[in-house]
Amino acid sequence: MRHLLSVLLENEAGALSRVIGLFAQRDFNIETLTAAPTEDETLSRLTLVTTGDDRTIEQITKHLNRLIEVVKVIDLTDNEHIERELMLVKVRAEADARTEIKRTCDIFRGQIVDVTVNTYTVQLIGPTDKLLAFIEAIGTSRILEVVRSGVSGISRGTKVLSV
Amino acid sequence: MTEMLSGGEMLIRALHEEGVEYIFGYPGGAALHIYDAIFKQQAIEHILVRHEQAATHMADGYARSTGRPGIVLVTSGPGATNAITGIATAYMDSIPMVVISGQVPHDVIGTDAFQETDMIGVSRPVVKHSYLVEEAARIPHIVKEAIYIATSGRPGPVVIDIPKDTTDPNELFEYDLPDSIELRSYKPAIKGHVGQIRKAVRALLESKRPVIYVGGGVVQGNASSELCSLAHKLNYPVTNTLMGLGTFPGTDSQFLGMLGMHGTYEANNAMHHADLILAVGARFDDRVTNNPSKFCPDATIVHIDVDPASISKVIAADIPIVGQCKAVLAQMLKNLDEELNGREIDSEPIDAWWEQIDSWRESFGLDHGLHKAESGSGKLLPQQVIQVIYRATEGKAYVTSDVGQHQMFAAQYYRFDQPRQWINSGGLGTMGFGLPSAMGVQFAHPHSTVVCITGEGSFMMNMQELSTCSQYSLPIKIVNLNNQALGMVKQWQDMQYGGRHSHSTYADSLPDFVDLINSFGHVGFRAETLPELEEAVELAFSDKHRSDLVFIDALIDPDEHIYPMFVRGGAVNEMVLNKYD
Repeated sequence: MRHLLSVLLENEAGALSRVIGLFAQRDFNIETLTAAPTEDETLSRLTLVTTGDDRTIEQITKHLNRLIEVVKVIDLTDNEHIERELMLVKVRAEADARTEIKRTCDIFRGQIVDVTVNTYTVQLIGPTDKLLAFIEAIGTSRILEVVRSGVSGISRGTKVLSV
Repeated sequence: MTEMLSGGEMLIRALHEEGVEYIFGYPGGAALHIYDAIFKQQAIEHILVRHEQAATHMADGYARSTGRPGIVLVTSGPGATNAITGIATAYMDSIPMVVISGQVPHDVIGTDAFQETDMIGVSRPVVKHSYLVEEAARIPHIVKEAIYIATSGRPGPVVIDIPKDTTDPNELFEYDLPDSIELRSYKPAIKGHVGQIRKAVRALLESKRPVIYVGGGVVQGNASSELCSLAHKLNYPVTNTLMGLGTFPGTDSQFLGMLGMHGTYEANNAMHHADLILAVGARFDDRVTNNPSKFCPDATIVHIDVDPASISKVIAADIPIVGQCKAVLAQMLKNLDEELNGREIDSEPIDAWWEQIDSWRESFGLDHGLHKAESGSGKLLPQQVIQVIYRATEGKAYVTSDVGQHQMFAAQYYRFDQPRQWINSGGLGTMGFGLPSAMGVQFAHPHSTVVCITGEGSFMMNMQELSTCSQYSLPIKIVNLNNQALGMVKQWQDMQYGGRHSHSTYADSLPDFVDLINSFGHVGFRAETLPELEEAVELAFSDKHRSDLVFIDALIDPDEHIYPMFVRGGAVNEMVLNKYD
């Protein structure tokens, strides 16, 4: 099962390496990881996408909590939540293909953020499956480069993760 | 007026104010400012070791025998990496320890400078927490926080890596040690959940075949007296893990002995047939569970642990209780009184359970293998050696061990009545632990008898510390169960590899241990027979040698195995009981 974990972490040197080290050390899986400071610059917010059965996810959560610098951990997938990922895709866009690519972009609500004579760079924001669907629609033969940010997530409603 | 001190001076001052008596260490370039600060004071005694690994084991032995954190000081690079094995040993057994490592100055970090190692990176998987000092002025705060983290919750080792520029004697700072530490991200559990406690007590009272399974958490959590009260009140059988020995008296009739891979027949059978297991400060290690899918099929598992990550890690707990063993057991005792409300506990089912356990004990109890061996070889047996030491020390010595067959024989045959009396590397299984940890124990308890039970393989991994023992006049008694081989490896090779002793023997190249010991100024005896051993032991523990380090080289039957032993992949009651049947 895929799970989205949100972690509040002390924004200190070396803290992130402990989180990553833990996953390697205990053979837990990380699909994506995003990390950046929050509005309170003493805290970082991480979103981790991982997979595992309930027992593994319980262990991951417990071991994350055991790290001294981890302030709080929640599993966003326990409740209604929003998840978004940003993707930049550079595609080959020769004259005869440009209209078609533009149309696909529009369907996916992507934006063309950079243009050259024979390439477009497309920016797309959405849940992971939407990004993957876009790659499929454009066709891998046309794609020159893909950069994905990893997933960021937040709970729906009034529920908040804070100190 | 606040005092102005250098980083090095602040470090030592803060350690002293935190109650530190000893630092076990070894100097080197990056640590020299700190060593100069040590030279200028008398409050803390520094013990100069011969190898940094030994320093960590000494601090570990000090910590295990007192409950107070052990302090280590090493230099950067090789000093730091040599300490890693000892840090990992402490981590696996949850031992409070603070390891201070010198580091190259900030301006050359990352340049592959002389004796530079990324200590924070190298130690990360085996520490509870670590600090790289960025500002000298923070040193007192970091020391206080490191000790707090090392000793609270589930204890463990903490590393403080100190770049040399932050201990510069020419740069002075206001010394400010905080009164207390408050961390928003670290709040160790204390009391257990009331509802869970009630559920656990009811399950205990309903049980017909209970076993109380106790691990090192009860030692570290100083919960032995609460445990004994609960067990005695209920008249339930108690078994200890290797790490838990001494938490329940080894001589108590309710004690089943150690459980696990080399546990007693009665302990392992009681576990397998139990309908309820109360696990206290134990972590269902693979040396205890054997095959987890066959583990205790009928038992409801109540699991008390201060570390939530230990609960349901290997074996799913039916009634998990997160909290300090001492607090939770006290809550349970109180709840038990409320639940009983003056009524007697129904003893009928427990009497029947004891009858069953006693019959296991009588049929294949601890001495079953020994009796078979005694009638066989005619040589000095390791079990007999432990029995002789047990009698000579009246069961009251601090006993450290190394790792291997001798460790298991000691665990089986020395009946520990007190927690912190038995000191060994259980989780990591570190050979070379015995001698230095005994030294740490002796520093902590200068007037107590400290025995190191070792084997010649383990002993040779840290025997350089005999020199440290001379320097500080440590009267440790070392008993070397010399079978001229890596006994446990050889036993596995006998049992699982058709007797092919691949690289487990070295009989022709062993030193004359008595000469070796004498060369360090210590006393050595050799014993090949039981009467010789008895004589040597009597002498070793006599007033004549009270202040001497005495080493007894006991030449034991090289073919003796340790039994019982789990059948690989089986349930906990599937054991090989001796090699003759």
